[in-house]
Amino acid sequence: MSVRALLHAPASARRGEVVEIRALIAHPMETGHRRDSEGRLLPRDLVRTLEARFDGELVFAAELHAAVAANPYLAFHLRLPASGLLTVRWAGDRGFAHAESVRIEAT
Amino acid sequence: MNATTTRRSLLLAGAGALLVVRPAAATPEAMRAAIGRFAGGATPRDGRVQLTIAELVENGNTVPVEVTVDAPVDQVRRIALVTEHNPSPEVAVFTLGPLAGRAAVATRMRLATSGGVVALAQLADGSVWQQRVDVLVTLAACVEG
Repeated sequence: MSVRALLHAPASARRGEVVEIRALIAHPMETGHRRDSEGRLLPRDLVRTLEARFDGELVFAAELHAAVAANPYLAFHLRLPASGLLTVRWAGDRGFAHAESVRIEAT
Repeated sequence: MNATTTRRSLLLAGAGALLVVRPAAATPEAMRAAIGRFAGGATPRDGRVQLTIAELVENGNTVPVEVTVDAPVDQVRRIALVTEHNPSPEVAVFTLGPLAGRAAVATRMRLATSGGVVALAQLADGSVWQQRVDVLVTLAACVEG
């Protein structure tokens, strides 16, 4: 199953500069509280966690609950230590897992 | 109850086949309990946290929300969002790592009914700070249908 996700970061920034990172992933965030037309409870299907690391070191992590809107969007900030690779991993119910990476050059 | 019935009717008319069942709603008590779990024994104090959210929301399905903490980023351990009137009080908990650049986060949340939204921040010294905003929702999130 292909997952649509967007990881937005500047391609380059000065060493030590604070840059905004935006992460968006296509996902219904089914709450587990809704029922279908037959009255059956729709099983919970959430993205539960997001973790952003820069060359392995933690930048930002999020624990998400049903009250996060569908297609979870998060914006946070990285202090760029050097050139490297930013990787964002999402994980959720039903074995959901996805990762996106973007390289950021320090100037 | 009448308002709920009307909203159900509207939802049914609009959404067609979806059966609408209202789950047990989180209460102010449930939200206080969630705050207590986050605070870990500390008593949250007002201040140092800025919660930016519209006070009048037309569409509760996706409500932009931003939390900024007035503290050096390396002094901020965790940030949380909780709410009173969704089926469960927790919205999200954020952890700032060693490479975090600012004690700020933005996301989009759901609001099932009008009520209080509280942003919390836990600092490295264990103190917990909060800001509450009361939000009026005209079209609730479809957590119910």
